[in-house]
Amino acid sequence: MNKFFTVLMHTYRSKIRSKPFLISTLVTIALLFVVSNMGEITKMFGGDEESKIGVIDNTGNTLPALQEQLKAAGADLKAEAVDKSEKDAEKSVLNGDLDGLLILDKDASGMITGSYRAEDVTSQDLITDIEIALQQIKNKSAAESIGLNQEQLAAIYLPVSFEKQSLSDTAKSEEEAAQVYILVYFVLFFMYVSVMMYGSMIAVEVATEKSSRVMEILISSVSPVKQMFGKIFGIVLIALTQLVLFVIGGFAAVKLNENLSGSESIIQELKLNEIPTPLIVYALIFFVLGFFLYATLFAMLGSLISRVEEVNNIMTPIVFAIVAAFMIAMYGRENPESAFVAGASYFPLFTPMLMLLRVGMLSLPVWEVALGIGGLVAAIVLFAVIGARVYRGGVLMYGNAPSLKLIKQALLLSKEEKKNTTGV
Amino acid sequence: MLTIKDVRKQFGSFTAVEGITLEIPKGEIFGLLGANGAGKTTTFRMILGLLTPSEGKITWNGKEISYETSDLVGYLPEERGLYPKLTVREQLIYLGQLRGMTRSEIQEQTHKWLKRFGAEEYLNKKVESLSKGNQQKIQFIAAVLHSPELLILDEPFSGLDPVNVELLKNAVHELKKDGTTIVFSSHRMEHVEELCQHLCIMHRGKSVVQGNLKDIKRSFGKKNVSVKADFDLTYLKETNGVVKHRLTADGITLQVEREEVAHDLFQAIQSKGFVRKFELEEPSLNDIFIEKVGVVHE
Repeated sequence: MNKFFTVLMHTYRSKIRSKPFLISTLVTIALLFVVSNMGEITKMFGGDEESKIGVIDNTGNTLPALQEQLKAAGADLKAEAVDKSEKDAEKSVLNGDLDGLLILDKDASGMITGSYRAEDVTSQDLITDIEIALQQIKNKSAAESIGLNQEQLAAIYLPVSFEKQSLSDTAKSEEEAAQVYILVYFVLFFMYVSVMMYGSMIAVEVATEKSSRVMEILISSVSPVKQMFGKIFGIVLIALTQLVLFVIGGFAAVKLNENLSGSESIIQELKLNEIPTPLIVYALIFFVLGFFLYATLFAMLGSLISRVEEVNNIMTPIVFAIVAAFMIAMYGRENPESAFVAGASYFPLFTPMLMLLRVGMLSLPVWEVALGIGGLVAAIVLFAVIGARVYRGGVLMYGNAPSLKLIKQALLLSKEEKKNTTGV
Repeated sequence: MLTIKDVRKQFGSFTAVEGITLEIPKGEIFGLLGANGAGKTTTFRMILGLLTPSEGKITWNGKEISYETSDLVGYLPEERGLYPKLTVREQLIYLGQLRGMTRSEIQEQTHKWLKRFGAEEYLNKKVESLSKGNQQKIQFIAAVLHSPELLILDEPFSGLDPVNVELLKNAVHELKKDGTTIVFSSHRMEHVEELCQHLCIMHRGKSVVQGNLKDIKRSFGKKNVSVKADFDLTYLKETNGVVKHRLTADGITLQVEREEVAHDLFQAIQSKGFVRKFELEEPSLNDIFIEKVGVVHE
């Protein structure tokens, strides 16, 4: 057991000081800070300046209504009358005195029409603000022209009262569903990224030891099984360390935003602090188990290659599996009840993502979750046993790119050595 | 005592080692000779327990070598390998810990060995920045750091310059004096002659010659006669009992079937003129190797 920890600590120590780890952690935390404080940061740069547009009001009486509407909508936009010809007004748009020029007219039926001209018409926010304001004015004057008063108009636009209610006691409320949605998305994404990143780290680690031939000394001092699991646990620890750093970093970033802006943080807005504890526990269980499953696979395949350059070859099939799980999960977020998603959630390679999704979105009976976890654990044990055997044989083999034939060969080689195996 | 009994190793249909039986007493240096592919590395891997013999048994002091006993064994593999990105210190600490040493033991031993090899300044250098010779020294230190009882050296001197070979040879001698049992393989016959009391020549997985160096030489029977004289000696090769001959710059070396042939040769040249040198020599290991294995090697 002692040497297992030696391998574990060696893996952990050498990886935690490695540049890729430091850089990816720092960059992600920096990103968390930037994204959650985006509003404050843009303000720091002086915020968006109020735009100024010129209006040529050929209707004679629309401009005051427009100004009123814009103000009511809180748009960062000032509309001013210009006493110039269209040509001259366009010139002042081009030389930057005005951000845009709006010409108001009436059509044949007496309805307001607008024509907006600017240097370019890509500033969507501004244009939408104007368009909505004009729409309001038009609605109002159209209503007036057919004799509706304000109350009647308001009644038309009043939204319908519509309530959703689930009859089952255990069903998730809408709010809960939204929380789950976010949590599941976060876990799925983190799992996807970490499996890709750390999975390849394990494979590269094994391949490096093989290609630098240090492997022969290693396996003469410590059994391949201990070595493989020491490595996997070490890297799982690294992933968890990073996860904890992200959570702390994210929390700090959100708190900072709270202090700076004084408004409700995203955590409160989405009620993330009210996520039911069981769901967080499930998320952790599925994350750790899923990670183990993929890590074992990577270690097994990593032992089959002789050079670091070949890591990409073995990554491909595993990446396909993860991407497939991710895609099904994305589909499952919209259709959690789908039989297809339910079936796929029992396939061990997909279980960590899909079962978590179902646990969160639906009210699953406990036995279904237990079955999923059981299947996952069984798959991990199976992969670990096969992986350890392949690893044993594989580390002494140097040769071609991995194939099924190689796995068979490695298994055969280790079968002959089996009686020598000592456990973890 | 390392005992290898009737060991055979089969990879699929290929027999890598066939019926090797050896006994290596404690504190001995044992040489394993053979061309590439003779089965030396496979034998080593079986001794280390990395491979399990298809048949037969290998024991160290009566017990099979497994991961329980791996702290007592040191191994210098033929394919040298260290972590290129780690410093010498980190490297030796990790490998030492895997052999069951504590950090302070490792530090003490590392210091001792680096000093001995005049490589102290490399302690905090990355392995990839060291020269090949220095990497080999570190590799050797990694194999002996934990003062193993049984030390296995696969081609320890290959690729080293003569100064470093001497350094390593002295280290091996000293380890032997301290009671370490050493098994080593080499292509270089002179190293084996110099270091080993006992040896085994392997060829295609089989042991062709084995035993005490002196006994092997004696039982080989054939001897060498080297002659230098002021006249032409080429005609001597026609003498009965001469097996092989080789012309040298100022004389000839003849391999003779038995000692008596040397007497005949001596008689034959006495009357021809002045003889500068006439010497009867024991066969070299190289002669024996070439004869037994049938290939010229290095």
